Amino acid sequence: MMRFWQTLFFVLVVRPLVLVVIGLNVRFRERLPTKGPAILAANHNSHLDTLVLMTLFPLRLLSKVRPVAAADYFCRGGGREAFARGVMNILPLDRKPRPGVDPLAGIDADLAQGDIVILFPEGTRGEPETFKEFRSGIAHIAKRHPEVPVTPVFLHGLGKALPRGEALLVPFFCDVFVGETLAWGGDREAYMTALEGRLRDLAAGASLPAWE
Amino acid sequence: MTVDWTPALRYAVGGLFGLLIAASAVTALLRRLKPESDFQELTLRVKSWWIMVGVFAGALAGGPKMSIVFFAFLSFLALKEYLSLIPTRRADRRVLFWAYLAIPIQYYWVARGWYGMFIIFIPVYMFMWIPIRMVLVGETEGFLKAVGTIHWGLMMAVFALSHVSFLLVLPPERNPAAGGAGLVLTLVFLTQFNDVAQYIWGKSFGRHKVVPTVSPNKTWEGLIGGVLTTVALAALVGPWLTPLSRPQALLAGFLVGVGGFFGDVNLSSLKRDLGVKDSGTLIAGHGGVLDRVNSLTFTAMIFFHYVYYLHY
Repeated sequence: MMRFWQTLFFVLVVRPLVLVVIGLNVRFRERLPTKGPAILAANHNSHLDTLVLMTLFPLRLLSKVRPVAAADYFCRGGGREAFARGVMNILPLDRKPRPGVDPLAGIDADLAQGDIVILFPEGTRGEPETFKEFRSGIAHIAKRHPEVPVTPVFLHGLGKALPRGEALLVPFFCDVFVGETLAWGGDREAYMTALEGRLRDLAAGASLPAWE
Repeated sequence: MTVDWTPALRYAVGGLFGLLIAASAVTALLRRLKPESDFQELTLRVKSWWIMVGVFAGALAGGPKMSIVFFAFLSFLALKEYLSLIPTRRADRRVLFWAYLAIPIQYYWVARGWYGMFIIFIPVYMFMWIPIRMVLVGETEGFLKAVGTIHWGLMMAVFALSHVSFLLVLPPERNPAAGGAGLVLTLVFLTQFNDVAQYIWGKSFGRHKVVPTVSPNKTWEGLIGGVLTTVALAALVGPWLTPLSRPQALLAGFLVGVGGFFGDVNLSSLKRDLGVKDSGTLIAGHGGVLDRVNSLTFTAMIFFHYVYYLHY
């Protein structure tokens, strides 16, 4: 049932919105994973980020794409939670871990099922069109699953189209730059630095008009 | 509802596809004759031309209403590309939204055939409304640059391009041979052919640069050869598809040739200023939408007012 609503929503709403109203400029699309298990690590500026990343995959893979989302924001009941779970098929994550509970257990199980997990290592949308320091959850996951490829994705423009705290969508063409997969090297610090470096390198290849 | 398929219009659209077939044949021949050279770019361009001509002819065949919707959408893509390219202020998100809203309003005047509103809405009312909305936001830092760039974009992407579509609502009885569709076809064909002709003349014989600091690839040889080609072509198709007499069509060809050149280098200046090569990536081999309609922004206004003054 979830799959039906999700497909319907993506075909009728998300794809027209993302491809016509917004418009994507995807560079290095061939670097995207074509099957799970895989992890996509992207910078985060807008609610649109998740929708855009999910449209990068063919419809037949859609139900296998799971965006990791903050449980404290998306799972407080009501319409938001129903939508997040029923249509977006989110993978809830506790941002404030409780003692004795492994916050990443859900992601572990999902990768074991062969899903494609979308992660925003910044943890939150933050200020539009700026990088926030990455949180180390991604390194823990990479360490536990060294065989799963982690693909960095740089997004630009979506924070202009729909920044945090705004409800009015203003169309802008958006850049989606896919990086090369990053393998776990054995050290958390080094991994985090390398991942941030990959995203910054991708950002350097884009022309980013001023937005103040 | 579809367009009124007069014989002239049938032959014109047929000729357009004939040209495409010829272009594809030449490309295939070149690849066969010179397998050592790389014709990937050319192949890509020709393929994109097929898609563009196909969509354009399809919209035109669907009748005036459908064509107007097509041009409104083209304006939307052009404006979106422009606003994504230039520096903008976060404070202006709502102002930018209004800039987009100007598109359906402007094309509504076109669909109604309301010339008075069509011709003043953006130069007069949007010229006031953009700064008014900005003043209400209250951010003064960068005000002049923001208000100037947004209005300039509206003029180019919406006002100028909407002139193409207004040709469709001009009284058809003044052009019994091909109606408004004949005028649009003539304008768009002459403009795009002029681009290609200037490029080919320049590539083949170009030596003396016209505007070296703006566009080093533009030469006097390309410009003059292109304009002469366009003048000849205009004299050929003008009297057949439009109310223009042959002498009038000659001047129309000249205006389109020179106007197209300046529309083109106008966008080149903007791109050079911003440090980008293409305005976008939507059309494979060509760049963005603005890269394809840059000449049209100027020729649409010049051609429209020339024909309007003489015959409507």
